[in-house]
Amino acid sequence: MLPTWIVLATSLTYLLALFAVAHYADRVAKSGTRPSLISNPYIYSLSIAVYCTSWTYYGSVGRAATSGVGFLPIYLGPTIAFAAGWFVLRKILRICKSQRITSIADFIASRYGKSQLIAGIVTVITVIVIIPYIALQLKAVAVSFGVVLAKDMQWAASGFGAYNIALLVTSVLAAFAILFGTRHIEATEHHAGMVVAIAVESVVKLAAFLAVGAFVTYGVFDGFGDLFARAAADPELAKLMTMEKAGLNWFALILLSVTAIVCLPRQFQVTFVENTDENHLTRATWLFPLYLVLINIFVLPIAFGGRLVFGAQAVDADTYVLAFPLMADQPMLTLFVLLGGLSAAAAMVIVETIALSTMVCNDLVMPSLLRLFEHRLAGRKDLTSLLLNIRRSAILVILILSYLYLTAVGETYHLVTIGLVSFCGAAQLAPAILFGIYWRGGTRNAAFAGLSAGFAVWVYTLLLPSFAKSGFLPQSFIDDGLFGLALLKPYALFGLTGLDTTSHALFWSMVFNIGAFLLVALNDRQSRIEHIQATVFVEAFSDQQLKMEGAAHIDRGGASVESLRQLAAKFVGETRTADAFRVYAARQGASSERDVRVDTGLMRMVERLIAGSIGASSARAAMASAVKAEKVSLEEIMEILDETSHVLEYSRQLEQKSQELEVASRELKAANEQLREADRLKDEFMSTVSHELRTPLTSIRSFSEILQDDPEMPEEQRNAFLGIIVSESERLTRLINQVLDLAKIEAGRMQWHIKDIDIAANVHEATQALLPIFQRDGVELEVAPMPAGLPQVRADADRLIQVLINLISNAEKFCPKPGGKVKVSVRLAGDMARVSVIDNGPGIPEADREAIFDKFYQVKDRHKGDGNPLGTGTGLGLTISERIVSQFGGRIWVEPRGDDRSGSEFTFTVPLAVAEARAATEMA
Amino acid sequence: MAKSVLVVDDEPNIMLSLEYLMKRAGYDVRLARDGEEALASVIASPPDLVLLDINIPKRNGYEVCQAIRANPELKNVRILMVTAKGREVEIEKGLALGADGYATKPFSTKELAERVAKLLNGADA
Repeated sequence: MLPTWIVLATSLTYLLALFAVAHYADRVAKSGTRPSLISNPYIYSLSIAVYCTSWTYYGSVGRAATSGVGFLPIYLGPTIAFAAGWFVLRKILRICKSQRITSIADFIASRYGKSQLIAGIVTVITVIVIIPYIALQLKAVAVSFGVVLAKDMQWAASGFGAYNIALLVTSVLAAFAILFGTRHIEATEHHAGMVVAIAVESVVKLAAFLAVGAFVTYGVFDGFGDLFARAAADPELAKLMTMEKAGLNWFALILLSVTAIVCLPRQFQVTFVENTDENHLTRATWLFPLYLVLINIFVLPIAFGGRLVFGAQAVDADTYVLAFPLMADQPMLTLFVLLGGLSAAAAMVIVETIALSTMVCNDLVMPSLLRLFEHRLAGRKDLTSLLLNIRRSAILVILILSYLYLTAVGETYHLVTIGLVSFCGAAQLAPAILFGIYWRGGTRNAAFAGLSAGFAVWVYTLLLPSFAKSGFLPQSFIDDGLFGLALLKPYALFGLTGLDTTSHALFWSMVFNIGAFLLVALNDRQSRIEHIQATVFVEAFSDQQLKMEGAAHIDRGGASVESLRQLAAKFVGETRTADAFRVYAARQGASSERDVRVDTGLMRMVERLIAGSIGASSARAAMASAVKAEKVSLEEIMEILDETSHVLEYSRQLEQKSQELEVASRELKAANEQLREADRLKDEFMSTVSHELRTPLTSIRSFSEILQDDPEMPEEQRNAFLGIIVSESERLTRLINQVLDLAKIEAGRMQWHIKDIDIAANVHEATQALLPIFQRDGVELEVAPMPAGLPQVRADADRLIQVLINLISNAEKFCPKPGGKVKVSVRLAGDMARVSVIDNGPGIPEADREAIFDKFYQVKDRHKGDGNPLGTGTGLGLTISERIVSQFGGRIWVEPRGDDRSGSEFTFTVPLAVAEARAATEMA
Repeated sequence: MAKSVLVVDDEPNIMLSLEYLMKRAGYDVRLARDGEEALASVIASPPDLVLLDINIPKRNGYEVCQAIRANPELKNVRILMVTAKGREVEIEKGLALGADGYATKPFSTKELAERVAKLLNGADA
């Protein structure tokens, strides 16, 4: 048997060692030179394992001993929450970061319009709900010490001795909670030391539990096989291995533990408030469930082993973990297991009381103090020590209340049952949280109604009966209901029977909680600030929310930089205030803090700074009273933002619309530009056409008038002049026809009769038509022999002849006379027929070779001296030819020809008829 | 001594008709088929009047008009623009560059003869 002093000294040394670790972690965090120990996903995940309290450590075995696998749901819930509900956790985490949330009460209150009422009621609910849970830890530690120290286990499990130990444990844990949690003031400043200490404790409790599990399985029994075989032989234990005894309440328990992972103040603290990096959460989604698996591996073996070994004796199943090493007389293992249990309890108590004290201070005490003693507080330069003292007192009060609950009720319940009462109470926060982050419609009044109704049902169906069972209320309250009304029986409310007490309470509390919430929300109207906060929370992942948040803050009223500084310093101290203002000044680009402008950014910074210390709702109140915000202008701002969500949606739509408009206006501009260009071209075309029409008309009119005026003119001259009139009239006619042709082609109104046609026949027809001119001018016309088996082409025959005539007559026109020579040839080139017209004329200057296909382009300076009838051209022939060839799918170009490169070769291509083209390609 | 007229145009038939008209009116007629030829002719022996088409090769009618007006020795040369460019803006441009008159093709032979006579007599007065 271990001497008392060794047990106590070891325990105290262990706690001091933890404190040393915490102190070291704090120093590292503060130094700023090394990365803080808590910016580590493993430390983070281990700190979340604060979920496994002494309830797990001792209670799981106790529960498994009576209900077999019934202990599991409590661990399945968090596993589900982390593995499948990570997106919910991530959203809460994001909101906590952006809003500098300090606690779960702060979170809910912040969502519902930074309401002090909500903050207050959440705080009250959590304190009341958690006190039994803390009491449970105290009981577990006290019992475990009792078991180890006492020679007589009966004495330990009940009686006066245990309470003395419990009182001692309470005092020690209170001291440590105060040491860990209230060394500095700002709650959102991470408690690096506390978190690292919790992580260490998580390792110790896991190691200790695995050690005792291994000892039982392999030391006392002969491995899993042996142990389970022997348990299966016992008909009582065999039942535990099936779901038969698991109870109907699996669903309720899983639901409870899913919500617990968010709603328990200590889980909220370590998972969200103490988190330093969102990515750590991702890692924790599998690390934490892994931890749960490990710590539960030996629960059934120990439970079954305990039943087998101690079955006959009056050993509390909750203490099997200790009973084994004690029985086997293993002092070191006993001590280790004891420290493991102490770890589990201490971690829970420290984190829970710190979280609760922050809430009590920020959401109950400070608001009251601010209201009651506004003037006295305004006079004090520094409120940080006041805040710290409030928190320390809160820790003490909570622990004292827990101790009192333990002495009052602790006897009557197993650890697990007490824990479930707390879980069910904490679950009342879940609807307000989940509606809060996924539905904009929830209002402050709805949250208040839901929370109150759910909490009231919880008190009635779980808390009060627990007092009744302990004799503080008459037993008839449970048996007969309030006022003897059967419908009001706390364990069978409204006649609902067949459920265990927890499921029953969960069912009715949720019905009332959610029902009241929805009923009020649907008939309520949000205030401006509620609306804004609703948007900020629901749209946590939207970029828009920051803009909204900026607008949601108090009007700057008459605030000066100095007054804001003093306000901040009051709550967070001079040093941190100076730091924050310096950083803000730098960001604003001001040379010193004195030059900082008072804008909404600064207001927001200060409010957040204070919020980190006293919570959002108190911070808002403090800001409002300090800067004497003009109510009117605040209202005005809110008015503008009346339908926050609509404004958001609207601005998104506007942005989109304005982008669309921009695009449309760009397109319009381009279209307009094109139109203008088209208009200009048309104008130019009309001007050119009129010019070209006027030219032959001028000759016609002049000579007509001359002939009219001079009847005595010699016969020869008269005939010459009449000849000019005739040829210019012909030119005019040609011009008009060509302009009309071109206009038709360009407007797409030309009728095309594209068919498979014989190109040789068309060449023949064109040359025949032009033969008289050649003969007249003495120009030689040569048509090269057509290639053998010349395929058909795909074109409009009339138009093709038009092109041929244009090219051949052009060639004839520019040939020297006499001595002119024109050659027409047809060749095959791939899937095209290639037609060339070669002349031995003066050639076309390189600069003109492309332009000659433009409308009305004529190579003007060529006519000098050669006496060619240039005046007869229209300047449209080649243009029309080019359009026709393009329409067929070919192209037209001109190259110099002959050794002196003086002649010209006009070439155009025409596609072969489809079948012919295929054959041609295959041949090639 | 007969007045001299320089006909500048690139349309052979129009040149022919103008030449006939001017000769019939009793003037000495010279011909030029592009801007450079016209300027060379004017400088070599300034005519009393130039019938100037605008749309001619090498240097257009505007440039020829401008060059003549830029030379003080040629200040007595009358310039009558005879052109198929009949838009208001083109007429104004011609007059602004120093042309003494502007006739649009197709012109009335009678009117053209009268205007030429008027310009030449005006120079006399």
